[in-house]
Formats: sequence, structure tokens, C-alpha cells
Amino acid sequence: MKNADSNSGRRDFLKTTSTALGAAIGAGFPAILSAQTVTNAIKVGVVGCGGRGSGAAAQALQADEYAELTAVAEVDQSHVERCLQNLKRNAKNGARVKVDPANQFIGLDAYQKVIDSGVDVVLLATPPGFRPTHLAACIAANKHVFCEKPVSTDAPGVRWVGETAAKAAEKKLSLVAGFCWRYSNMIQDTFAQVESGAIGRLVAYYATYYTNPVKPMPPASSRPAGMSDVEWQIRNWYNFVWLCGDSIVEQAVHSADKISWAMNDVAPASCVAVGGRTIPAEGGNIYDHFEVSYLYPNGARAFLANRQIVGCYNENSDYMLGTDGTCTIGRGPIPKIEGKVNWAYSGQKYDMYQREHDLLFDSIRKGKPMNDGKRMTTTTMLAIMGRMAAYTGKQVTWDEAVNSQEKLYPEQLAWDGKLDVPSLARPGVTKLV
Amino acid sequence: MWRLLAAFLAAAMLAAAGTDQQATGGNPDPAKERANVERIYARIQAQQRESARKPGAARVTIPNTTVSYDIVPVPAGEFEMGSAAGDTNQKDASQKDASRKKDEQPRHKVRVDAFWMQAREVTWDEYRLFMFDAQGAAANPKEALVDAVSRPTRPYVEMSFGMGIDGFPAISMTQHAANKYAEWLSAKLGEFYRLPTEAEWEYACRAGSATAYPFGDDPSKLVDYAWYSANSDGKYHQVGTKKPNQWGLYDMLGNVMEWTLDQYAPYKAAAESNPWIAAAQPYPHAVRGGSWNDPADMLRCAARVASDPSWKQQDPQLPKSIWYETDAQWLGFRLVRPVKIPGVDQMYRYWNSGVEDDQ
Repeated sequence: MKNADSNSGRRDFLKTTSTALGAAIGAGFPAILSAQTVTNAIKVGVVGCGGRGSGAAAQALQADEYAELTAVAEVDQSHVERCLQNLKRNAKNGARVKVDPANQFIGLDAYQKVIDSGVDVVLLATPPGFRPTHLAACIAANKHVFCEKPVSTDAPGVRWVGETAAKAAEKKLSLVAGFCWRYSNMIQDTFAQVESGAIGRLVAYYATYYTNPVKPMPPASSRPAGMSDVEWQIRNWYNFVWLCGDSIVEQAVHSADKISWAMNDVAPASCVAVGGRTIPAEGGNIYDHFEVSYLYPNGARAFLANRQIVGCYNENSDYMLGTDGTCTIGRGPIPKIEGKVNWAYSGQKYDMYQREHDLLFDSIRKGKPMNDGKRMTTTTMLAIMGRMAAYTGKQVTWDEAVNSQEKLYPEQLAWDGKLDVPSLARPGVTKLV
Repeated sequence: MWRLLAAFLAAAMLAAAGTDQQATGGNPDPAKERANVERIYARIQAQQRESARKPGAARVTIPNTTVSYDIVPVPAGEFEMGSAAGDTNQKDASQKDASRKKDEQPRHKVRVDAFWMQAREVTWDEYRLFMFDAQGAAANPKEALVDAVSRPTRPYVEMSFGMGIDGFPAISMTQHAANKYAEWLSAKLGEFYRLPTEAEWEYACRAGSATAYPFGDDPSKLVDYAWYSANSDGKYHQVGTKKPNQWGLYDMLGNVMEWTLDQYAPYKAAAESNPWIAAAQPYPHAVRGGSWNDPADMLRCAARVASDPSWKQQDPQLPKSIWYETDAQWLGFRLVRPVKIPGVDQMYRYWNSGVEDDQ
């Protein structure tokens, strides 16, 4: 029933090194050794202690038996309490949750305090609008990073993340992105089939992401008296473009990532899109549906459709059409290829979220940095480009998209600050900036 | 191993699932739940006085809906639970996993009281009435004791994963969710339903037989009775489309595995009467019957499966949902209606395992 231990290699490695602490450790442990020569601990900090940040922390503790959670950043102390409580309940790893009250940082600048607290690895799991800032600070301070998807909500942010990722590579820091399907052995095997020509040349990719709403905007009447604009928006982050990037960037980006994967991470030439909002935005400014058609330089097309409306047909699937067959993911539990080649995935399936952390910590231990920078920026930009085309109603080229000057992140941001919400984008009226 | 490959998809997207209710467990207010069980109990008692269900098979329509299901009577009786060493169809079984045979031993005598059992696995048609308040809300008058039963969080993704809804078995629910469905259905109908105990399940599956399968020991006949790895085409099928067993129960073997009430625990040699190992910890619970994703050997009447945290590994959040086993796309359930109605304390325990919150 249980997964076979996918880390057995790493554990053997640890065993050997722990008996040979000292001379043998040498070049293998660059970042860690300077801080921790005795306990061999890897200190982990989490920025954003919601459900996902808590989950990532649990995976980090599971990934390495010497990983310790030592610092957290949040905007709400109650999220910290709940996160730590849940992590401590884990019988195997709970004892390595060692976050003193002095290392529980609250506020918009809390991320920097976590970074400065002496951690080795930072897990970035806030709403994505903050990601470029947080990532840059981590790499500047020589921290290894697990960076949740998406990595930005606007093009300037993507460019900044690209520069930061390059610095991480120079500094030999590990940077692993939360585009989890890249770490699913089942989906890896499926894409390996496609790459090896099982469906011939890929001519079209149709990806669906029809779901229920994620975190719908509460009625304005529920806003506590005196709560600032900034706090209200951050607490309801999913409903604001500057924070979440809209549904296509925040959620359907997983499908954009698979599209990009199938296209060998080559950027599309251009795209057109439709999108809009059919149910009241309640003070938020995101759409509830998109459909994007991407044109690739080799003539292939990719279609990305998502919707977040209650009571509609839901589906999360991938359909790849090739000259010799089709590959389908998500119609039934097992990916399938039909055509000249008939294939269905068989074999064990590992926990892809755990895998991300197993590999991250292993890379840190071995001093062999990983860097997901290129594909995480390409994928995020792919989704943002689709949003731009839907918002403006224009055809958008890749060059226009990546060079966009539209900055969504506010120039001034204070927890008690005022912050106007731009109105919902209107195709034909909203300009490409 | 097979069942591991089964599941997948979607969970990247469960990112929205966390709620306060999940963080505090399935039963945040035991006193309130207890009071509601008392109300449901009173309703069941009143209904029993007015019109007790007659013996025999029946079709039951869920009130104010057009959705119905069949129940068939299972007589009180005694049977040999488990398998004797060596009768586990070794020529077909893979020798590599001997442990799953040991857990079926020692074979021991068990007596069970009479009950009705749902003839088919609970379908999405039935389960979605419970999952989605709005599903036929117009036809559902507000009833305090029904509405007080805790209900699943709205799933983020489509939970059939493209395998079908109408007439297909509901899947990927936790045992807690199945227990709450039983409570909800009992409140609606004024009749007592719960998950079967592991002993009741095997007794009903055997339907009087003592062989590996209800129809004998030859797995080649399984294709007439069950959807399993050899004929399922990698997905579940509409319930009741294969032959039933001698007592009129369909898909006890294959299609989807079925939750039981019991903690998964070693057998004892002594004879037992109406055994139930109430859960003391979230894992493992006993699950029975094998699924569309399993080989013939896993579909034997005696074969047992232990629930496992990996069944919700693709929920990226902490705490994990108490309602969904996103990776267990081969897991469902059916309910029993005991002839003898238990007291209110028992009823509470059947519907509230006390170990819902498993992270």
C-alpha cells in the first residue's frame, strides 16, 4: 500500500556521511556546512502558513530526517498557530518543528525576518503577487528555495524572477518550483512517450481546467469595520489580479505547464483569447472563465480553457493530438495513448509533492543545485500572456507579452494602507501595456 | 501496488480545500452532534412504531427526489470468516505478497444478526444529493435534523475524473464521509443505516458459500460477476451490470472497494458474535471486495485491504481534507440497515468514528 521509499539512495548517503563527519564532508555541503557542522541539520523557514505552506513544510520535514522548521512568516498569527499545531501532530516529524515565538514573524516584512533568522532553505507559499520580491530576497541572502507556482502575476515580475533564478544558478543555490506535474513519475513517463514520438508529431494540445471556484469573494458587508483595503484584499487574495494573477495564472497554470512541457518549453509565437466574468465580482477583479488559443512557431496549436463557476460541467484533462495518435490524461485515472502506438501507464505512482522536496533536499545535501528557473518563468508567462489576450481582446505576441510594462504589484504597500481596485478588464477597451 | 497507480490527477488543484471545519476535525461540537443523533433516533423509533419495514427486498426512494436504490434481506446466520491456509487460490495468486493471506487467518466462526443491505454500491446519483446541498434543493424541504448532519466541503475538481456519473459508483470519499452519508440518509428516511461491519460484509459477500469466490474457486468465472483489472478497461462501471451473488447483491467483488466500519486488525481464533473493532486510530480501516484496478486474487471474499494515508497523498494541503481520498479512485461503499435498531449511544458511535481528523 505504501509507496516504496523513494529516498533510499539519499538515506544511504546520509548514513555514510554521518559516520565520516569531518574531513570527508568537504565540498559536498557548501551552504550547510558553514552553519551546521555538528548536527547536520537543515534549517527551514516557511513564508505563508496557509494550507499549502503547511503542506510544503510537512513535505520538507519528511524529505530529510535532519530538516528542522525554525522560522515562519505570516500576516495572521492564527494561521501560524494552526500550521504549527498540525505539523507537530505528525508522529514521525513533529518533534522537528522548532519555531520559537521569537521566530514567528507577522507582517508584510516578515519574510525578510525569516530569511535573516539563520535558515538554510525557505519555502515560499504566499499568494503569488509577492513571489518575485520574496524570491529575490532569498537568493540575495544565499538561501535555497522551494518556490510555489505561479512565480509572478505580471511580466515585470517574471523578468525579475528570471534574473533572480540566474543569480541562484551562479551562486549554486537550489531553486525548485511547485509546478508539481514535472515531478510526477506517472506524468513524466507519459510525456516521455510523447517525446519519443508515440503519437507522431504533436499538432494540437487541448487542456481543460473546469472547476468550482477556489476562494470566492465574501460579501462586502462581512468586511470588519476599520479593516484596511490592503488587509481586506490580502485576506481575500484569490479575487484580486495583483495578488493571484487571475484563475488562469493561479490555477490553470498547471495545465499551461503541461502544454509548455509538451512543446519542449519553446515559447509560442502568439495567442488570442476570450474571457470574462458572468457572476458578480463582489468587489474583486478577476474573471471566472478563459479560453486561450496559442500558436507555436512550428504551426502547432494549444488551447487552454478554464472556468470557475458553480453548477457547470467540470473537467481537468489534457488531450494531445499527434499525426499518429492521441495522448489523453485525466479521462479516468490512467494516462493513455491510442493510435499507431497503444499505451497506458502502469506502475507505481509516487507523491509528486513529496518528490519535489526529496529532490530539493537531496540536491542541497549533495551540493548539486537544481534550478527550475527557466521553465517556471516560461510557464508563468504563458498563462499571463493568455490573460493579457483575454483582458485586451487583442492578439498578443510572445515578445509583447514578455516585454509588457504592466506592473500589478503596488508601488506602496502597507498593511493598513489604502488600495484601490482597478475595475474588471474589458476586452476592446483595456489596453495592452 | 496496482491501486497506487490508479489514482492521480487533480489534486494539484485541491489547493483550495482547507477550511476551518477540516482543521478542527469532523465533529467540532460533540454535544451538538449527540443532540442531533437523539433527534434522529427519536424519528427512527417513531417511524418504526408507525410502519416497520416489511421483510423482503424493497426499492427505497430518497424522499423528495427521484433517486432510489434497492435493499435485499440478509438472514441472520453463522459463517467461517477468513481463509484457511492454502485455500487462497495459490495458482492464481502472486506469491510475492504472502502477507495479505496471513491477515485472513485464522479462519474463525462468526455469527451475525439479520440486516438489509443495499443491493448495489452507492452511486453518484445518491451520494451527490448529500454532497451538494443545491442538488435538488427545491425538492428538499428544510429539516433541522437532516441539515444538522455535517456535509462534505464542496469538491474543487470533478470527482468522477471522467469515469461517469449516472448510475456509476461514488468514489474517493473518506470513511468519515461514508459514515456521515449514512447518518444523513437515516435522518431523511427515519430508518437506521450504517456501514457494514467487516464480518457483515464478508458474510453477505459469501452468501452461504465457503469458497474463494461466492461461485466457487475458479477465477475464470469472475468476468461474469465482477469488474476488475482483466476487464475494466482502467475505470469503474455502472453498478449492477454483472451477475449478483446468491443473495442478490451486485458488485460485492470488484468495481469499487467498499468501506467497512472496522479498524483493520488481526483476527482472533475464538468464535465471535456480531464483532466490530471500533476505530482507535485513523489508519488503517478495513476495506473489502477489490476494485476495477485489482487482479482476481484481490477479489476473493476473504481478501482484506488496509486503508492508508497515501490514499490522499495528492492533497497538497495540511491539514488534509477529512472528506476526500482523492487518490482512491477505486474506493466506494454500500450501507446496511440492521433489523434490530441500536440504542442512541451505539448510533452515535456508528456515525462518529472519533478518528476523522487524520491530517
